[in-house]
Amino acid sequence: MKQILNMITATISLNKDHMPVQRDQDVVPFRNRVKEYATKIRMGLVNQTKLQTAASELVRNMLRYGGGGEILIEVVSRGRDNGIRLTFSDKGPGIADIAMAMKDGYSTGKSLGLGLPGTKRLVNEFDIKSELGKGTKVVILKWANG
Amino acid sequence: MDRIPILKMGQFLLVTIQVDLYDRLALDLEADLVRMVSKTGAKGILIDISAVSIVDSFMGRIIGNIGVMSKLLDAETVVVGMQPAVAITLVELGLPLKGVYTALNVEKGMDLLKLKIQVTDEDETDPEYDHSDDISE
Ligand SMILES: Nc1ncnc2c1ncn2[C@@H]1O[C@H](COP(=O)(O)OP(=O)(O)OP(=O)(O)O)[C@@H](O)[C@H]1O
Ligand SMILES: [Mg+2]
Repeated sequence: MKQILNMITATISLNKDHMPVQRDQDVVPFRNRVKEYATKIRMGLVNQTKLQTAASELVRNMLRYGGGGEILIEVVSRGRDNGIRLTFSDKGPGIADIAMAMKDGYSTGKSLGLGLPGTKRLVNEFDIKSELGKGTKVVILKWANG
Repeated sequence: MDRIPILKMGQFLLVTIQVDLYDRLALDLEADLVRMVSKTGAKGILIDISAVSIVDSFMGRIIGNIGVMSKLLDAETVVVGMQPAVAITLVELGLPLKGVYTALNVEKGMDLLKLKIQVTDEDETDPEYDHSDDISE
């Protein structure tokens, strides 16, 4: 929690939007919403693509392992730069070993195990908190010119 | 329910992805393509993703699966038109597009497919196939 708070104090939130995500079909509208905001703050195309891909990975994890959840979309500002912060919260089973889950190739879902470590590489800030039996919260931030 | 159309052109199957795929659509496409390859004996699949703005690990896996499965049925897969931003993102994500070839555009993709097919089975002839525009290098 402390790390997330630090991230918040360094930035100012300009705009907030909540989106519940419970089904596969919610993914594309969510991605479009992220795109809208990213375009609004004039995020470059490559950064937008990275952010959207990262968002897509996390929303998939939330649906697949967390049983769905809620996403907070925020436009944030620090100095002259604007950015998008996304917070993915679910009330699923949580992750037993976060260090393991962050490794390339680790998957309990017979998948590639790229989502979490790949997402971290695609964004400027990445934070993950999880409690067994309580849920998982992942926060990512991408600056428009970062 | 909507589906991605698959065009048959000689010994090739052509797919143009125009919309951001949601999962069901992508899974259906994978199944449809594999079914079509085995039904028609197509030798190559060309997937045009020039209109696709993001490829995440799920989409990447579907494309990889199409490549692997078509290979088992003796067909090659070429993905064409990947946007540069998508390519950069895929590298950073760490997603290997295994089992598929890539080309810049449909034309180059076609050339590549023809080349691959020539190399793998030179002795087969297909009456539907026009050899006049083969690349002879
Ligand atoms: N929201 C979540 N709730 C519970 N467990 C999770 C959650 N997100 C990820 N995990 C766990 O972390 C592991 C690694 O996640 P990651 O996204 O890196 O890989 P993956 O989803 O298994 O494969 P890929 O994303 O490549 O398809 C998952 O297999 C799962 O066990
Ligand atoms: Mg994942």
